[in-house]
Amino acid sequence: MLDTEKQQSRSGLVRLRTALWLVLGVAALIGVAVIYDRGNPAGDAASDYAHTFGGPFTLTAPDGSTVTEKTLAGKPYTIFFGFTRCPDVCPTSLARMARLRKQLAADGMKFNIVFVSVDPGHDKPVDLGNYVTLFGTPILGLTGTDAQLEQIKKGYGVYSAKVPQPGGDYTIDHTAAIYLMTAKGEFSGTIDHQESDATALEKLKRLIA
Amino acid sequence: MMRLPPKALVPALALSAMASAALAHGYQNGNLTIQHPWSRETAPGQAVGGGFMTITNKGASEDRLVSGTSPVAAEVQLHTMTMDGGVMRMRQVEGGIAVPARGALELKPGSYHIMFMGLKRQLRQGERFPVTLRFQRAGRVTVQFAVQPVTSTGPMESGHAGH
Repeated sequence: MLDTEKQQSRSGLVRLRTALWLVLGVAALIGVAVIYDRGNPAGDAASDYAHTFGGPFTLTAPDGSTVTEKTLAGKPYTIFFGFTRCPDVCPTSLARMARLRKQLAADGMKFNIVFVSVDPGHDKPVDLGNYVTLFGTPILGLTGTDAQLEQIKKGYGVYSAKVPQPGGDYTIDHTAAIYLMTAKGEFSGTIDHQESDATALEKLKRLIA
Repeated sequence: MMRLPPKALVPALALSAMASAALAHGYQNGNLTIQHPWSRETAPGQAVGGGFMTITNKGASEDRLVSGTSPVAAEVQLHTMTMDGGVMRMRQVEGGIAVPARGALELKPGSYHIMFMGLKRQLRQGERFPVTLRFQRAGRVTVQFAVQPVTSTGPMESGHAGH
């Protein structure tokens, strides 16, 4: 190949690369805009989000009764997903909800605390009942079949996955946010694992106001 | 389960007994001091529990917490926990956890912790149960884990608010 030809093909490549980067940039901007819209509580898209978030589910309570989104309707609730063999973030989050409820005194019972186990292999409804009793305040422990759990995880945008451990056992990676739901079953916000109790308490006060 | 040779057990027990007299709830073995080992109470039938403590190393060399055994659990594992984009991930630690020279290793909620796998019985609030920890340099140390309410986020006897 001649030098001039080489140069021409190189500059062609540079132009192609620039064009590709532009396309990528625009795609990224659109992506950011979409994500921002979904997460923006003031936007119209966000109020749609509030209606579609959560949605129908069917799970089983410790006493064997069936609990659906209709059972919970009429009272705001907080919902957290985990498993009883989780030594850390689950007891910490549930303990926190129990603590915040106590701080709200009489208002503390104006919302339900729901804990969903995503480990039906280990957590039977009765085990969940025993587990939530430890926290000294009424907590509704729910679980279900794999298909039922998939449905509620999808509705709440919860990620969980079994991770095999050496020795044949497994642990579960899972989303650690606490979701706040209104009496109508609409999404109102989240309490993050790292947030202060003061911030979380304000969110709960708004939820039950 | 691994059985400790009696010879190894006696000095460890003697050491922990002496250390218990000197510290509120702490144990010393050579350069290492182990303070406030605690665990959360478990529900009946719950197969797993978590354990936490602070290990201080006044020596000039790094030590490593390698493993542990306890009569209450089929297996004692070392774990770490991380938050990754809002997702909690817990992993077993391979090769032990470093106790830095002239430093401390903190096992606490949200970080490194011990997992008692295959609990043989319920851990009840207020009781203590023995755990033998094995360190690369300091060897074996038997400590008593205090079982606290499930709502605990740290050792109850640390600081000034202790009981």
